[in-house]
Amino acid sequence: MSLEALPGVIAVSLVAVATLVIGSWGLKLSRTTSDFFVASRSVNPQLNASAIGGEYLSAASFLGVAGLLLTFGAEMLWYPIGWTAGYLVLLALVAAPLRRSGAYTLPDFAEARLGSRSARAACSLLVVVIAWLYLLPQFQGAGLTLRSAVGAPTWVGPLIVGVVVLANIGSGGMRSITFVQAFQYWLKLTALLLPAAILLAVWFGDGTPPAAGAAADLAEWSRPLAGDGGGRGLYLTYSLILATFLGTMGLPHVVVRFYTNPDGPAARRTTLVVLGLLGLFYVLPPVYGALGRVYADELARTGRSDALVLELPRLMVSGPVGDVLTGLVTAGAFAAFLSTSSGLSIAVAGVLGQDVFDRWFSPRLHGVSAFRVGAVVAVVVPLVVALALPNLGVARAVGLAFAVAASTFCPLLVLGIWWRRLTDAGAVAGLLVGFVGSGSAVLWAMTSRSTGGWAVLLEQPAAWTVPLTFLTMVTVSLLTPDRVPAHTRAFLARLHAPETLLLDRSSL
Amino acid sequence: MSDQPPRVRVTGPSRRPQGGQRRVDLGVESPLSEVYLDSLLAAQLRLAGRILLVLGLTVGSLPLVFFVVPDLAEVTPLGIPLSWLLLGFGVYPLLVLLGWRFVVSAERNERDFVDLTRGTR
Repeated sequence: MSLEALPGVIAVSLVAVATLVIGSWGLKLSRTTSDFFVASRSVNPQLNASAIGGEYLSAASFLGVAGLLLTFGAEMLWYPIGWTAGYLVLLALVAAPLRRSGAYTLPDFAEARLGSRSARAACSLLVVVIAWLYLLPQFQGAGLTLRSAVGAPTWVGPLIVGVVVLANIGSGGMRSITFVQAFQYWLKLTALLLPAAILLAVWFGDGTPPAAGAAADLAEWSRPLAGDGGGRGLYLTYSLILATFLGTMGLPHVVVRFYTNPDGPAARRTTLVVLGLLGLFYVLPPVYGALGRVYADELARTGRSDALVLELPRLMVSGPVGDVLTGLVTAGAFAAFLSTSSGLSIAVAGVLGQDVFDRWFSPRLHGVSAFRVGAVVAVVVPLVVALALPNLGVARAVGLAFAVAASTFCPLLVLGIWWRRLTDAGAVAGLLVGFVGSGSAVLWAMTSRSTGGWAVLLEQPAAWTVPLTFLTMVTVSLLTPDRVPAHTRAFLARLHAPETLLLDRSSL
Repeated sequence: MSDQPPRVRVTGPSRRPQGGQRRVDLGVESPLSEVYLDSLLAAQLRLAGRILLVLGLTVGSLPLVFFVVPDLAEVTPLGIPLSWLLLGFGVYPLLVLLGWRFVVSAERNERDFVDLTRGTR
């Protein structure tokens, strides 16, 4: 191992150890089953929001966005905007009602709202698909990061992330994970903010040199529209906006977090704090992208822009300071893989534990042991795929996960919360249509490289799959009015009525 | 040790998924509370719609604006391209502001609903 790799090795080891230590410290505080699954609903908005931010800011946010900005320019700014604005849409349409529904997962919500086991099964399947689609790039990214930071073979990163995640969720449960995730938000923010400040100072010290490249290139690089900026680019941009704005509420690891809020208003305030935390974080990747254009243009030309955040500090600052900064960004990147992978794995482990192992293998597997078997499967399957297929673009797969979530769970949640006449038949039909539409786009994107003509519709499917799903759910529900659950009105009352009123009534 | 106060078990209201009948009776209690609930739902939905409309007209209009006026990509106030200023930094304060507006208004809608319901008991 070369001396150059030392900061990276130290950083990755420290993050892994800190994660395990904080996790086991949280474990000591976790005494009851309720602690284990929902952190006893005692998490205050600030801590909970940090945890949500920590879980949400994945490798794509930490590494991917800056690299994409360097290569493609302003059009890629829509990713971080969409990932933040998604929380505003979530806040306005689902945050408080979802918390009040008492649902712990999306399948729980579907079953409670529609009184249907088949709706539950469809949701469970979708949770696993979306989470795995999102997990894959996390594992791959960990491999790329370790290769770039310490020169390790690409299989080392996924393996370390898998083992740490399993150790943590298998033992700690939701309460300890909450502390770990909160810690990792602030670690990621520091790891991006501090080097950015120093690098900006270096840039000013150098007399603010302008970006490399011709003026025409720069104008192209500053146009916030996909591709050539023509009609096709406009479609791709709006489709991406739709996918990210609406897909956030349907991500499995996001929903789980809402149940740890004490009540509906707390869920709203948590979401508001999350908006602030994400906004604070996402102003940083553009700084790296722009400085990369000045100092690291060759990374874009040689197709290594994914490593921009990791390599920029050394390119701009030499000596020990550059080493320390490199260690810091490596630590942040590794934290990003760990936290997002943990959140997604918990979501999948919960679904697999409840809906597969507990049901099919009962009584041999039950409760916590079913959850643990679920966790192993949840981590191992995408891990094996990531090791076998190392060539999937990181931000691309994450983007598609958003498209699938926006085309399936977003309509289910919005109609389920706001529309009385939704039926289980309508919901299942809509989920099927949305999944087939967006899923075929995912398959196409993973196998094909052509981008001409109508293929543009598959490249970014949300613009047509989301309306199609809404339309299907509404039409089929209206055709099956006798299937509207009898408890719909009471259930909606619970979703929207303030808790203070319910407390009142219970004391009558 | 005997002067220790007796242990008090502090519990919140039950929030299990199925809820139980006690919490459910709100929706079917009286025709009047049904009307109030409908008005709360409509008010919250209108509020969400307003916030999302503003989001669509501001942030959501940017691709169209840059599509219609491509030369905007070459505008560079303060030496930084306008698109980077707007999309990289300007959008986030707006999102937080909209979120804050929503939280305040949603809580006010709920307070009004509680006052109405209590007043008619």
